[in-house]
Amino acid sequence: AKSNSIFGKGLLALLSTDNITDDVWDEVEETLLLADLGTEPTMELVDNLRERVTVEGSRDPQQVKAMLHEELVKMVDPTMDRRLDASRKDGRPAVMMVVGVNGVGKTTTVGKIGRVLVAEDRHVVFGAADTFRAAAAEQLATWGARVGVDTVRSFEDGADPASVAFEAVKTGIEQEADVVIVDTAGRLQNKANLMDELGKIKRVIEKQAAVDEVLLVLDATTGQNGLAQAKVFAEVVNITGIALTKLDGTAKGGIVVAIQRELGVPVKLVGLGEGPDDLAPFNAEGFVEALLD
Amino acid sequence: MFNSLSDRLAATFKNLKGKGRLSEADIDATAREIRRALLDADVAVPVVREFISHIKERALGEEVSQALNPGQQVVKIVNEELVAILGGETRRLNLAKNPPTVIMLVGLQGAGKTTLAGKLSKHLKEQGHTPMLVAADLQRPNAVKQLQVNGERAGVPVYAPHPGVSSEFEDATGDPVQVARDGVAEAKAKYNDIVIVDTAGRLGMDAELMQQAANIRAAVQPDEVLFVLDAMIGQDAVATAQAFNEGVGFTGVVLSKLDGDARGGAALSVRSVTGKPVMFASTGENLSDFEVFHPDRMASRILDMGDVMSLIEQA
Ligand SMILES: Nc1nc2c(ncn2[C@@H]2O[C@H](COP(=O)(O)OP(=O)(O)OP(=O)(O)O)[C@@H](O)[C@H]2O)c(=O)[nH]1
Ligand SMILES: Nc1nc2c(ncn2[C@@H]2O[C@H](COP(=O)(O)OP(=O)(O)OP(=O)(O)O)[C@@H](O)[C@H]2O)c(=O)[nH]1
Ligand SMILES: [Mg+2]
Ligand SMILES: [Mg+2]
Repeated sequence: AKSNSIFGKGLLALLSTDNITDDVWDEVEETLLLADLGTEPTMELVDNLRERVTVEGSRDPQQVKAMLHEELVKMVDPTMDRRLDASRKDGRPAVMMVVGVNGVGKTTTVGKIGRVLVAEDRHVVFGAADTFRAAAAEQLATWGARVGVDTVRSFEDGADPASVAFEAVKTGIEQEADVVIVDTAGRLQNKANLMDELGKIKRVIEKQAAVDEVLLVLDATTGQNGLAQAKVFAEVVNITGIALTKLDGTAKGGIVVAIQRELGVPVKLVGLGEGPDDLAPFNAEGFVEALLD
Repeated sequence: MFNSLSDRLAATFKNLKGKGRLSEADIDATAREIRRALLDADVAVPVVREFISHIKERALGEEVSQALNPGQQVVKIVNEELVAILGGETRRLNLAKNPPTVIMLVGLQGAGKTTLAGKLSKHLKEQGHTPMLVAADLQRPNAVKQLQVNGERAGVPVYAPHPGVSSEFEDATGDPVQVARDGVAEAKAKYNDIVIVDTAGRLGMDAELMQQAANIRAAVQPDEVLFVLDAMIGQDAVATAQAFNEGVGFTGVVLSKLDGDARGGAALSVRSVTGKPVMFASTGENLSDFEVFHPDRMASRILDMGDVMSLIEQA
């Protein structure tokens, strides 16, 4: 989304006029809306900014530009702890579950995280607890082969996902692995039975080991529904972090701002492509830069 | 604080009640709430802008209704316009005069193409056709296997000469363009009257893969190119729809994952920006979760119109 400007100038060009008109504020608002920030955070930001400009009597375009950046970074909160919990504790592997709606990039993200951990010389086990979608276990096993991780799976179509997850964690404990990563089937948050199933997978795992990390995978193209996704998944399995995928496209992923604010759950990782190395830690400054770009 | 459109409109109605005609101020007040509702439903900003200005224009010229107050009247206009845009030129699948009919599926990663291939083949088979699926995604791990499983579930043959990326075949082998071309020849030879070509997911800005899609299109000369779009998509819908329309060109849209609770404003965006009709709705993970698109339902969904309409009735 390069040419968002109604005047064909772009936000920063407009901000560089030394008269801050209503058009400029409309433009700021549009830029934020176009990044999927959502109406509420957008209006709040614009109001804050207007107030600051009045209070500080600012007419200097550079200052306004800096203010917008600053307010956004404040909203995204660079102070949050965004580290992944992926080390053995209490004589058992760290256990991570990866959850989210359909097609967002869960399986791919599991593969990429495996790649990073293997590169750090950690022993990783994958659990293919998506027993529903066609060829889901095969897909994860392919990722496992690609990054050098064994995949615990069932060869039976429609096997109980909780049992597969249990087996994977059991294998991880037996092998004294560092981390077990359990991939789960995509499910829409308004499907009560599927959300119950997810809760059950977690409870069954917890019979052997605590679940240290529950990553919600969110597709950067997702609009305002992303907040509903995060809320429901947080209720059911208490998410501890977000992986924002497909940021290599034109979408900005602004919905995570509202999610972080409402739920206090930090974005920890970003997905930047389909390859094994296309994963990066989330960086608040970089995210805001891209959002205003 | 008013959170839902109906709450906010109720407040607006209160202010407007009793006035006999649509003044510019009346329309502005309602339009502001409608704008917010459309944005909350993920309708793209430029589309909202154009839509609202059109609504204002139309509302100003409108005869004053006896039965409705001004706010209600604006809402009614909005609903009518939404249905008109979403429903304009609905049509059935174009079938080739000389079979096989070729249908190509395109879209972003994870949109629901491979699942749709299964659904569409099942649907067409039930109508007495003899479809064949073609596995031209050789890139996403185990995409070929996924299509084969779907084909099996639908009872439809799958042409898959290359396994694509799988644990035994780390690197993609085979050329998707060639597979698609051979698939059509295969269908001709086997007397399958419809060919559905599944392609890899790609980003709008990925010039190389967009060219590949265009090459597949050129090789198989499809009767329909269906753009599969996730109903949860936000503001990126416009850029993506434009990129696919310019890069490959599509003839129709399928909105997927409509079984979720996203309001699905993208339907309006894609329709407004490309003029291409939304033809089908994908509504679940099972192969039977597939329907013809209903513009009126979509309009109420986008606007939360269920509530609003009952409000109008109460008033
Ligand atoms: N461009 C891009 N594509 C991605 C990214 N992450 C995943 N994908 C692609 O998105 C599609 C879906 O990825 P999956 O990992 O299968 O998604 P999933 O959430 O496991 O899907 P389900 O299990 O079916 O719900 C695949 O084509 C991936 O290659 C990313 O960061 N960027
Ligand atoms: N709930 C729901 N899930 C769907 C629907 N359509 C597809 N899915 C799911 O969405 C995920 C992705 O679907 P795919 O058919 O693999 O999507 P794709 O476009 O082929 O993905 P790539 O080939 O990776 O680009 C899978 O988990 C599907 O089961 C739908 O209408 N509703
Ligand atoms: Mg998966
Ligand atoms: Mg596919």
